[in-house]
Amino acid sequence: MVAQGSGAMTGRGQAAATEPIRRRFISGDIATRETLIEVAEALTAAGLSEDDIANAELILAEALNNIVEHAYAGTEGPVELEIAIARDGLDCALRDQGREAPIGYPPDPPLPAIEPPLGLPEGGFGWHIIRCLTTDLRYRREAEWNVLSFRVPFSGLD
Amino acid sequence: MRGGIVDISATLNPAGLVIRVNETRIDAAVAIEFKEAVRAAAEAPGNPVILDLSQVGFLDSSGLGAVVAVMKLLGPERPLQLAGLTPPVAKVFRLTRMDGIFTIHDSVPGRLKAAG
Repeated sequence: MVAQGSGAMTGRGQAAATEPIRRRFISGDIATRETLIEVAEALTAAGLSEDDIANAELILAEALNNIVEHAYAGTEGPVELEIAIARDGLDCALRDQGREAPIGYPPDPPLPAIEPPLGLPEGGFGWHIIRCLTTDLRYRREAEWNVLSFRVPFSGLD
Repeated sequence: MRGGIVDISATLNPAGLVIRVNETRIDAAVAIEFKEAVRAAAEAPGNPVILDLSQVGFLDSSGLGAVVAVMKLLGPERPLQLAGLTPPVAKVFRLTRMDGIFTIHDSVPGRLKAAG
């Protein structure tokens, strides 16, 4: 799909010059949905492949759902999203002023056990999905803010 | 969207009860309503129940959880099958290994395939 070893990488080169995508909104399921639709549109405009956009949208959804469910947990507050478009991936950061994460690093739980017909998990997939599709995943507390940062590598570059 | 009706339609065809989801996203904003809407639609006769997801371009783990919840509600006598997964939706099932517990059809069985 992508020419190998051509040094030109024209489409990606153009993407690398794009301004970062920034959004600030008040946490919530509907706000998450609306933000993701906007981000997908911006990434489409930047020339990313459908596959890369789908990965980014899924990862951001899982991370934003965690902010709604766990950091703000029944309350609401500001969320800041920043996506820098590099030539080989997206560098993403999410900030919120919710509860500090209970452990000082992003969780790395195993995939929930799948034991049909009765033992079928309905949740617990979020961090697994994030871990599968990102690199450089980091969490830190900065003053009153939770900061989750990660990279979404573009597919098909190697 | 919020607290609204999730747009689905149910049709009985020779292959089973086909529940078509006419929504483009199954996410945390609609997961609970989605589960309830599909459960209610599945009160109509027909076996198996085939969930047509061909219009759904985005599904997160909340949406996946809702699909699994419906499968459990229907029970083993009334298997929930899936059809028409778009690439982003198929990826979520694959990444979570939940593709292994559903019968997944490329397109809705029991009717002529659409051209292309």
